[in-house]
Amino acid sequence: MSKIAVRVQDLGKQYRLGVRGAWNQPMLREVLSGVVARPFRYLSRSAWFSPPGPQSTIAAPAAASHVWALRGVSFDVRAGEVLGIIGPNGAGKSTLLKILTRITEPTEGRAEIHGRVASLLEVGTGFHPELSGRENVYLSGAFLGMRKAEIDRKLDTIIEFSGIAKFIETPVKYYSSGMYVRLAFAVAAHLEPDILIVDEVLAVGDADFQRRCLAKMEDVRQHGRTILFVSHNLSAITRLCQRAILVAGGSIRNDGPAGDVVSSYMMSNLSATAERNWPDQSTAPGNDVARLRGVRVLADDGRTAESLDIRRPVTIEMVYDVLKPGYAFAPRCEIFSHSGLCLFTAADMRMGWRDRPYLIGQFRSSATIPGNILAEGAVLVGVGLFSPDPDQNHFNVREAVAFQVVDSLDGDSARGDWTGPMYGVVRPALVWNTTPLNSRSTNP
Amino acid sequence: MTETESPAASTSFGPLTIIQASSGWVPLRLSELWQYREILYFLVWRDIKVRYKQTVIGATWAIVQPLMAMAVFSVFLGRLAQVPSDGVPYPLFAFCGLVPWTFFANGLQQSSQSLVASTQLITKVYFPRLLIPTARVLAGVPDLALAFLLLLGMLWHYGAVAKPVRALWLLPLALLAFSTALGVGLWFSALNVKYRDIQHAVPFIIQIWLFSTPIAYPASLLPDHWRALYALNPMVGVVEGFRWALLGTGHSPWGSLTGVSTLAALGILVTGAFFFRRIERTFADII
Repeated sequence: MSKIAVRVQDLGKQYRLGVRGAWNQPMLREVLSGVVARPFRYLSRSAWFSPPGPQSTIAAPAAASHVWALRGVSFDVRAGEVLGIIGPNGAGKSTLLKILTRITEPTEGRAEIHGRVASLLEVGTGFHPELSGRENVYLSGAFLGMRKAEIDRKLDTIIEFSGIAKFIETPVKYYSSGMYVRLAFAVAAHLEPDILIVDEVLAVGDADFQRRCLAKMEDVRQHGRTILFVSHNLSAITRLCQRAILVAGGSIRNDGPAGDVVSSYMMSNLSATAERNWPDQSTAPGNDVARLRGVRVLADDGRTAESLDIRRPVTIEMVYDVLKPGYAFAPRCEIFSHSGLCLFTAADMRMGWRDRPYLIGQFRSSATIPGNILAEGAVLVGVGLFSPDPDQNHFNVREAVAFQVVDSLDGDSARGDWTGPMYGVVRPALVWNTTPLNSRSTNP
Repeated sequence: MTETESPAASTSFGPLTIIQASSGWVPLRLSELWQYREILYFLVWRDIKVRYKQTVIGATWAIVQPLMAMAVFSVFLGRLAQVPSDGVPYPLFAFCGLVPWTFFANGLQQSSQSLVASTQLITKVYFPRLLIPTARVLAGVPDLALAFLLLLGMLWHYGAVAKPVRALWLLPLALLAFSTALGVGLWFSALNVKYRDIQHAVPFIIQIWLFSTPIAYPASLLPDHWRALYALNPMVGVVEGFRWALLGTGHSPWGSLTGVSTLAALGILVTGAFFFRRIERTFADII
């Protein structure tokens, strides 16, 4: 267990801005005249063929036109460890994987990789549309790092696993995207590397594909292989990985147990906070009937709170102005998990609400969610104000506020002393009752 | 620089790969190419399989190209312009040059575009990039073989008898054509990654090259003192060698003409390979 599978030391990668665009590129004509003018000095020190890096002698505003996609990144991955890599788009995650898979070179630093690597940076690497499914199994398998003999041996299993044996002689250009993904994944699932590097493959495909993909990774993990896994699917990260690193702005911002890294990232990542106010009525959400002025998340001590104990109640409070009299309102809140799943909707539609018109003025409505209902993690709250006849929403603000539900593991929450993953979007503390029907002690 | 050491040398288990920045000229690492030979096999296999997919006449295309060129040359140059052909029937004379030429020209064109055409692979998976243009040139070998069979048929038709011992020279001569196509292909494909100007230039470079090679006319038309310079074009040695081996005209492969051609081809190949390796590290970033 103590063996190091991947060691990354002070890795950095610098790109030149505009390198993909046309503006900053020297014209071939200029380059050729440069070659003619000073052939040897040119070839040994040319800027445009050196790796984008500090040694480049590109003209004029050198510093300004370079950007570090990754810098000062160091970490070790032990053999058998599953490391999740998370972070916002453009943070450098993909650059890191491209360096580790040797697709591109680092500008500085070094990485050691012990063992055979297979990388899945996309679905269907090496597939050629004109070739049949069977031919593509060979092609893709070879590019992903399998030997021909190995593919020969596994061919039948792969085809069976894909579930599209009937179409295996058909060119893949005639495949539906679902069939294509299934075949591509079947190939990938039969790789047996020491180290597997996976980038956001899970983003494609339907729920069934994602489920199979995760199951396969779980399987790979149980075989003691090392996995580096980049994903935006944070729940997959917490389930599969023991450890996670957060990459942001080209460097590692957090490194630790996957659950901790993920939840602190989620919280920092929410655009919403626990309290939000609209001081200017004219720009506040709403219409000429009612406008929202403020929303808060309150702990049971009455204070605004971003982080709440899973066992304690949470109160959502909204303040709004009513600008026209005579309307009946149903204030509403919608509770979402961090992945955007609506956990529930609650509105004040108690008996007779349609017959209780409001006067002009400012109102405060609040709703309390009992403790031991919400699961751990980030929770997003949307608020709205509805009135009937004709049915209309005067305002409806999704992700108005957010908070984090935490379990301090004192032992009296639904999770008790269990520290492993618990599934489900809610976490009610149910009343359990176990009665012996026919039991006897093993000790006489 | 990236290197793979033997398992014994690593402190842990499995092969050890070290990834770090490289600069300047880097070794060719031919042993790594050998390690990845199956990728080369699959690249060639794919190119051959795909080439004539969804065409009506399929592999016949391999011989249509040199045959049409032969017909055009025979009518306009052989018949109308009365270009000499060293006493050999003009169609046979032209076709004998067109067979290695077509292999070379297609190999050069295919390999020049090969990297850009493989963007998807280059940005998603690692293997030595040298294999990509190499595979493209190799994939032309079946076409060459097919055209060569047709050439044998023509020899029989015209009653020309090649000496078997001389015909053995065709193999190294084909290798010379391969090296030239690959050498130039390495330069062009690598340059094309950054400068797409190359892919516009290649078709007419091939056209100019065609006229700088004794395909439609014999090398004997040139004054002696120009020959050495002329032979710097490696295809001169190849075409003259083919004629010598099959028709008994042209220049023998051990003459100075082929010697110059061989040296030129090797020069292009070796510089091309080093140049390619030098800028290989930037491919994924700028392609």
